[in-house]
Amino acid sequence: MNPIRSLIKELAEKHGRRRESLLPIMLAVVEREKYLSEYSMVEIAREVDIPASEVYGTATFYSFIETKPTGQYIIRICKTITCSMKGKNQVLFAIQDMLKIKLGETTPDKRFTLMETNCLGWCHKAPAMMINNDVYTELTPEKVRDILSGYMKINELN
Amino acid sequence: MAISNQLKRVDFIFNNENDWEKVLSSAIKKKPNDLINELISSELKGRGGAGFPTGLKWKLAAEAKNDSKYIICNADEGEPGTFKDREILSKVPYKVLTAMAICGYITGAKEGFIYLRGEYKFLQAELHKAIDEFQYYCKEIKFDFSITIFMGSGAYICGEETALMESMEGKRGEPRNKPPFPTQSGYLDKPTVINNVETLVHTFTIFKYGAKKFYDLGVQYSRGTKLFSVSGDTPKPGIYELELGMSLQDFVYEFGDGDTKAVQVGGASGFLVPRKKFKDAAIGFKGKLTGISLPTGGSMMLFNSSRSMYNVLDNYLEFFREESCGQCTPCRVGCQQLLLGIKAVKRGEKPAAYLEKLLRLTETMQLTAKCGLGQSVANSFSSIVENFQEEMIY
Repeated sequence: MNPIRSLIKELAEKHGRRRESLLPIMLAVVEREKYLSEYSMVEIAREVDIPASEVYGTATFYSFIETKPTGQYIIRICKTITCSMKGKNQVLFAIQDMLKIKLGETTPDKRFTLMETNCLGWCHKAPAMMINNDVYTELTPEKVRDILSGYMKINELN
Repeated sequence: MAISNQLKRVDFIFNNENDWEKVLSSAIKKKPNDLINELISSELKGRGGAGFPTGLKWKLAAEAKNDSKYIICNADEGEPGTFKDREILSKVPYKVLTAMAICGYITGAKEGFIYLRGEYKFLQAELHKAIDEFQYYCKEIKFDFSITIFMGSGAYICGEETALMESMEGKRGEPRNKPPFPTQSGYLDKPTVINNVETLVHTFTIFKYGAKKFYDLGVQYSRGTKLFSVSGDTPKPGIYELELGMSLQDFVYEFGDGDTKAVQVGGASGFLVPRKKFKDAAIGFKGKLTGISLPTGGSMMLFNSSRSMYNVLDNYLEFFREESCGQCTPCRVGCQQLLLGIKAVKRGEKPAAYLEKLLRLTETMQLTAKCGLGQSVANSFSSIVENFQEEMIY
């Protein structure tokens, strides 16, 4: 059986096949795959027994559920007021410069995707960003270059 | 500048939580009605920003007739400038769990959920551990109450209580019509108590020390303490527990950088107060007879004179435009048009008088939008445009 299909079946057994299980199932697929493909949505719809359009409608409502392929590491940089005031743009330029991608893009090696997001709740330590589930605060261009180099090294080791 | 000592720092919320077992076991020996009366006499109001009396909410849920009821802890803290709930959940999680269980005892609910925003996923593992230990103790004292974490996924609107319930039910996070209120028909159409993280911690304080200790702090209509998330142009950003009812002037003496031009109270959905109105503004719920009273979820953002208020408003409106769920037209279209409108005025494509039209649009949104998001865009929009009109135009 297709690995995503068996993953979804497993998740449906774990979380149940009720409508309330939809979000936990989708999030677990995103955790593994980094995004929710059309195939996954159709499979989830089959398992939970609801129309695929309902799955699509729900998935696209939530900004942490990507429906397009992304890189292994999703960088989300906060653009809300305090982070903007405290130098978010310089940090963003440093990232763009280093990864050679613009906002919304993924590096050709499929490692990094760069995005902006709304308030992450770290205004007292602005500017802030998340890489997947990890939070980085009080960023400067130098600091963010160090952080990204660290991620690049993990990849070289693998 | 005069030095003011008006701000009273308090330490209820983050002080020791080691006696949570005692607080829980002694609470569930009391009569639910006595606990509710204790809570009502403390005059605790919801700390998420809306300020609904907590005791009354629990009472309504307790009186609702149904076999299953739910308790939800709202940890979908998304308002720009607030970060207190994360701090509570990482420092004193047992207080929150205990309060949820006591609420379950009072209302007859057996199941509780913590709706945790996706941005705080890193808290999940630690919180799970705390819940496991908590459940173990509940089993020991033969008290039946389960708590589950439900992960949110990056939607500001899900902090609105009915949108949060829709989201838990596996749907788009679109707010419901009210009434019915959650205490009648909430999660899965069952009576539900939904409280902000901080509100729950305050109930812990009240059950531990009694209502009087809480009631003695604060001012009339705004009793007790509140956590403030302080950010922006301040030498000491962070989280502070302060008495309610303080004047904004005192707050700025304490936290300003000496050049504070304005303070945004209550996040993007709150109000901007310019320097000349600091002394008339008090932080607390409505009901004071004099001056301006500002309810808040605790977000305090300071701006000094180097900041452009146009940029601030532009940033807020972009936030609302993205976070509007799109369900009702006044909010969906209104947020877009307000953003386009101020940009057009700034570029000189529309006359300054166009701002008046936009202000009327926010009034319409206030009256016709379905939920608090669309209704409260008017707060920041009108308070910024009216106080800093010249910055909007030139």
